[in-house]
Amino acid sequence: MNIILSIVLGLLFGFVLQKIGAANPQNIINMLRLKDFHLMKTIFFGIGISSMFLFVLLNIGIIDSANLSVKTSYTGVIIGGIIFGLGWAIAGFCPGTGIVAAGAGRKDALLFILGGLLGAFVFTLLYGLLKATFLFGNLGGKATLAATGNAKFTTLFASMPEIVIAGGIGIVFMIIAWILPGTQKNQHSIVK
Amino acid sequence: MKNFIYQSQWGWLLSGVSLGIVFILTVALVKPIGVSTQFVILDGMVWDFFSDQIVVEDNTAKSGYSSPNAYLNKSGGKYAKNVANPINYSFIFVFAMIAGGFIASRLQPAGESKDNLIAPLVWTDRFGDSQAKRYLAVFVGGFLVLFGSRLAGGCTSGHMMSGMMQTSLSGYLFTLGTFAVAVPVAILMYKGEK
Repeated sequence: MNIILSIVLGLLFGFVLQKIGAANPQNIINMLRLKDFHLMKTIFFGIGISSMFLFVLLNIGIIDSANLSVKTSYTGVIIGGIIFGLGWAIAGFCPGTGIVAAGAGRKDALLFILGGLLGAFVFTLLYGLLKATFLFGNLGGKATLAATGNAKFTTLFASMPEIVIAGGIGIVFMIIAWILPGTQKNQHSIVK
Repeated sequence: MKNFIYQSQWGWLLSGVSLGIVFILTVALVKPIGVSTQFVILDGMVWDFFSDQIVVEDNTAKSGYSSPNAYLNKSGGKYAKNVANPINYSFIFVFAMIAGGFIASRLQPAGESKDNLIAPLVWTDRFGDSQAKRYLAVFVGGFLVLFGSRLAGGCTSGHMMSGMMQTSLSGYLFTLGTFAVAVPVAILMYKGEK
């Protein structure tokens, strides 16, 4: 059952990433150099609407909070994000969009994946040396801003209703998506 | 409907709503989406192919598998177990994503030229037509992206999208770190008119 779900959901995710233009490095790089906000509007709106509905559906019991998976906060999250950001700007791919782009026939995506496999392997070899360093120093554990109802995670704003926090953040994100400037006609490489 | 399936790129509102639906659907049915861990699993499988000792069955480990490598052995041998049993939800998901990208691209009108599939316009405008240069840059970029993802414990999918959806602190920290560097680097690296 899980395998069928993984095929169906993976196909859907790959299809959507290609259709929204996220697997095209032209769009990623132009988002990062603040020339084309199409993807930034998409990401803000996607996170905003999913955050709001996730907490509504958790609240009325349609989504089980045991399905959530909140990652730990430690210094390496920020430093790793910085290293990630450097590579993301150079290549125009992230791990998910890189593999979707390879599926869509991009040749540069194949080299990105090879580089990625090497980078992940070097980290796998170095982890034993790094795990006791400041990089893995705690920065708040498995914490969320809004209460999830899952006892494994701590809540930073426990005194406020989770719907208000997640809904508020969600609405702010959707408003940001709305007011960011749209794509000018000549900016897409694939305008027909 | 036909236009919706064949159109080469959706507008931002349809894009944002579809992305949101996919992330809600996956967390409702299984768990939040994550991609970068599977690079480690594939590396582990290759390593395991060349070495008998790298992943071993171990009844004392929480997962039933252990590894002399500290990363594969982390959290009770969780990664070691997935290396030994790659037919699992997260690993198959990534291969289905490749197929999803393939199907979407085959259904859209042939618009992009061959050159566009090696280097985007923003790259060729700045660095010229050399394929080797672009291949080297994406290889280095890929190395940094996956090394950074593994140090951070997730990537755009796991930290940025799934993390911020759950309002998790780590998702916001990762996203801040990422954009703080990616925006100035992209502006400086791709300086130009277009």
